Amino acid sequence: MKRRRSYGLSAVAILVSAVVFVVPFAFIAITAVMDTRQSAELQFSWPRHFHIVDNFVEVVTTRDYMLIIAFINSTILTVCSVTAMVVLAAMVAFVLQRRQSRWTGVVNFLVLSGLIIPPAVVPTIWVLQGLGLFRTMVGLILVEIAFGLSFSILLFRAFIATIPRELDEAAIIDGAGPLRLFFRVIFPLLRSVAITVVVVQSVVVFNDFTNPLYFLPGEQNATVQLTLYNFQSQYGTQYNLLFMNILLITIPPLVMFLFFNRQIVAGMTAGAIKG
Amino acid sequence: MHRRAALAVAAAGLLALGACSAGDLGSSDDGTTVSFLVDNEPSTVKNSEALAKAFNAKNPGIKVKVETRPQGGEGDNIVKTRLATGDMANVFAYNSGSLFQALKPEQNLVALDDQAYQSTIDQVFKTTVTSGGKVYGAPYGAAVGGGILYNKAVYSRLGLQVPKTWAEFMANNAKLKAAGVAPVVQTYQDTWTSQVIVLGDFHNVAAAQPDFADKFTKNQAKFATTPAALRSFQRLQEIHDAGYQNSDFASLKLEQGLKMLAEGGGAHFPILTFALATLAANNPDQVKDVGFFALPGDDADKFGLTVWEPGAFYIPKSTTGAKLDAAKKFVAFAVSKEGCDTIIKTTTPGGPFVIKGCTLPDNVPPAVKDMQPYFDSGANSPALEFLSPVKGPALEQITVEVGSGIRKAADGAALYDQDVKKQAQQLGLPGWS
Amino acid sequence: MTSTVEDRRAETRGTAAAIGRRARARSAYPYWFYLPAAIVYGVLFIVPTFASFYFSLTRWTIFDYKFIGLDNFIQFFQEPALVKGFTNTIIYAVVTSGLKVVLGLLLAVLLTSRIVARGYLRSVVFFPVLVSTIGVGITFTVLMNPQHGLINRWLAVVGVDGPAWLTDPSYALLSVALVAVWKGVGLATIIYIAGIVSIPQDYFEAARVDGASSFQSFRHIVLPLARPATVTVVILSLIGGLRSFDLVWSMTRGGPGFTSDVIASVIYKQYQAGFYGLSTAGNVVLFLVVTAIVVPLFWFLSRREVEQ
Repeated sequence: MKRRRSYGLSAVAILVSAVVFVVPFAFIAITAVMDTRQSAELQFSWPRHFHIVDNFVEVVTTRDYMLIIAFINSTILTVCSVTAMVVLAAMVAFVLQRRQSRWTGVVNFLVLSGLIIPPAVVPTIWVLQGLGLFRTMVGLILVEIAFGLSFSILLFRAFIATIPRELDEAAIIDGAGPLRLFFRVIFPLLRSVAITVVVVQSVVVFNDFTNPLYFLPGEQNATVQLTLYNFQSQYGTQYNLLFMNILLITIPPLVMFLFFNRQIVAGMTAGAIKG
Repeated sequence: MHRRAALAVAAAGLLALGACSAGDLGSSDDGTTVSFLVDNEPSTVKNSEALAKAFNAKNPGIKVKVETRPQGGEGDNIVKTRLATGDMANVFAYNSGSLFQALKPEQNLVALDDQAYQSTIDQVFKTTVTSGGKVYGAPYGAAVGGGILYNKAVYSRLGLQVPKTWAEFMANNAKLKAAGVAPVVQTYQDTWTSQVIVLGDFHNVAAAQPDFADKFTKNQAKFATTPAALRSFQRLQEIHDAGYQNSDFASLKLEQGLKMLAEGGGAHFPILTFALATLAANNPDQVKDVGFFALPGDDADKFGLTVWEPGAFYIPKSTTGAKLDAAKKFVAFAVSKEGCDTIIKTTTPGGPFVIKGCTLPDNVPPAVKDMQPYFDSGANSPALEFLSPVKGPALEQITVEVGSGIRKAADGAALYDQDVKKQAQQLGLPGWS
Repeated sequence: MTSTVEDRRAETRGTAAAIGRRARARSAYPYWFYLPAAIVYGVLFIVPTFASFYFSLTRWTIFDYKFIGLDNFIQFFQEPALVKGFTNTIIYAVVTSGLKVVLGLLLAVLLTSRIVARGYLRSVVFFPVLVSTIGVGITFTVLMNPQHGLINRWLAVVGVDGPAWLTDPSYALLSVALVAVWKGVGLATIIYIAGIVSIPQDYFEAARVDGASSFQSFRHIVLPLARPATVTVVILSLIGGLRSFDLVWSMTRGGPGFTSDVIASVIYKQYQAGFYGLSTAGNVVLFLVVTAIVVPLFWFLSRREVEQ
């Protein structure tokens, strides 16, 4: 029996989503193509003159193509730190969930504190300087990994709980050591949650601006959020360029999300066969 | 499996790339490079790049490179963090006055009193960059005034005169309200602008009680208990209570307020004249309609301007050797007549320079010309933050509350007195613990 | 398919005893799995945090420090905006996490059911999570403008007189909370989707065969089996709500005046003013408060999970 698609519900959903989610985005897009004087009015009105190319060019060439450098830096930072974060966090979550011991409580607490306590900037700089990693990309990557571990561990831990232990035991009987057990058996099953972590943490790291600001300062090391500061100031903000900038830096995460969205859908059909 | 391997290789490759960041591409220098850190205010950036360009052209062996940082509180933290970790640029621009004192100058900065140009610098300015008897900074840019920008066209249309006392000012406001023009424009969405009436009144406070700043620093005088100082808060409350603010004062931003003033929707805008550059950019045809007068006090004889001194160039102790000499040379250039002229050519100054020999050209906006008499006659005082290192961080929130009618003036003044205690203790000033 | 699993289970139990001894000697869950993460986390997070806890007991200007014992804590508790800050924080956290949990789950169910344009809807719901907070803050400040903003203009069309969302002291905090939910619900939804997606379809088939309505199948299948997702979303959004302030900062700066200040923005303002020792003390207090709320909750929810 084929399930009928609910068109009524769909129509309502699309309409509500348009109002709630698309309208604010429309405002960003419209302001991004205005001229400076009209954008200073900050009204939701149709642009009097369209400056799509002008604004685009101006944003990209500001401060010697800082935006392009920023994109490169942000991409390197995001890919490296998220990859490492996912693997490390999954390993910790795996042992944390499977092996209950007196350490479990301590580790849980440490993980939670990572979410609650904001990072202490100056002592972290001192540590990085001591290790010779201050003002280096490697140092910043390690910092992002450290700050992102808690969230990732929490997520992984919750989902490893849904994987039945029987699978572990079966693999152990077959003679699998811990590494093979983890990477060959468990990790593939965490697909949907791993993708979720990758998507979310990539967004977080890509959009992070305080950490690069303090730990990797310098024009050559700019990351994308810092470019927003080029257009915002105390006495005069150029809203059109600011929003064009926001638009440009939102595109990569959006593209990445659209790509991974397919993976999540694939995960869903995989779940249908599971069992 | 294959895909995993491919991903791993890609990740390793990227990690290797990560070891060098994008900026390393193509940088080699012969000669001395001097890094110059400034805030990201567009006019500051333009001025800095113009100065760097002019200097580099004259000095082939030296290259000055401009770097930017955020403004405001975030910027303060960056500056302090970089100084503390020994990671500051070779020369940097920062505020003078109380913010300068918070940098622990004797510990972190190079003294500049031996420089030849110090004799051309205004004496009052020098006090704002002095610590422990030594001068640590050289002025960057023009002084700005804190007072009222007003729309000349509206004034002539309604036959109004520039007020010399607060009473005259309020009378003008009444006439403006009756004519349907918003008398006083306020823009509380940019919270810092709410402080201008209170802080801009300082000349009047100093005229009534000359030793206030000194006693305030020593915790012997407070805003709530000194009538002249309390008056500053009361003025703000009066404007709100009489309904003289624009109806959307709570949600307006600075640029929108300037536009309102330029186009005649509002008549008075209490603001720092630094904002003239933005006004000129957004409403170039109406700049000639905008004039300026100082915030009136209660006494017509003691009418004068509250001045915000310009920021300054500072050189951290981490700059040494050839870079130190190059940095000093750059600063000397920036405060010379040539430096002033470069700045004048690049952006609209918001006031006069504090360097002898640097005069303003004739094509400056009328509002700037309106400020000149106050300097010529000596009827001006630096704002409180240049005479006392004590400034509380919550003032802008308190003034928003008083100006919005959420809190009464007396209450607001008392709250501010409590707020400054933290700053004073942080600075380790005597008399506060 | 189920029969094979049962067979294996029996087989496993039989050999379990024999294996048990061997397993303990060489566990499939070795402690060294913790090591790489522990090194990075320990060195770059735990060490600096302990260092900063020490500084909370000093008057710290970054350049030097003076040990003053608990004075910072006393001063923190005398902060005039503190009581309001605490109440605001609780309200903000409860509103945002409550709405995120409920709406996130509903949206996830909607987005995994059979409706048209699912891909588009998922992207649109998640999109706000991707946009930088500054952008969201400015956009909604404009939309919520009492006179010219779209929201009030559209409400006027329907005849409702919209309030001054961000400039009325009684509405400011709630308005920011609503925007925070707008921005964050996509994340909750995605976590729930991941949870729902991992529920085997058999359960749904079986329920349908038994004649269960969609509501019943939601209540008895989705809700219990999406439990790990629920726990995660509750904990994450509660911590986030108690601790974060980016949106408050970007939209109202804690204003008008002090009326939408939360503890985190009070602390941030102290940090911006350069009172580093005081703000670190504030962070310690915040940490203790959040821990006191979240840890028992976490423990309670996890226990229920284990028993299941």
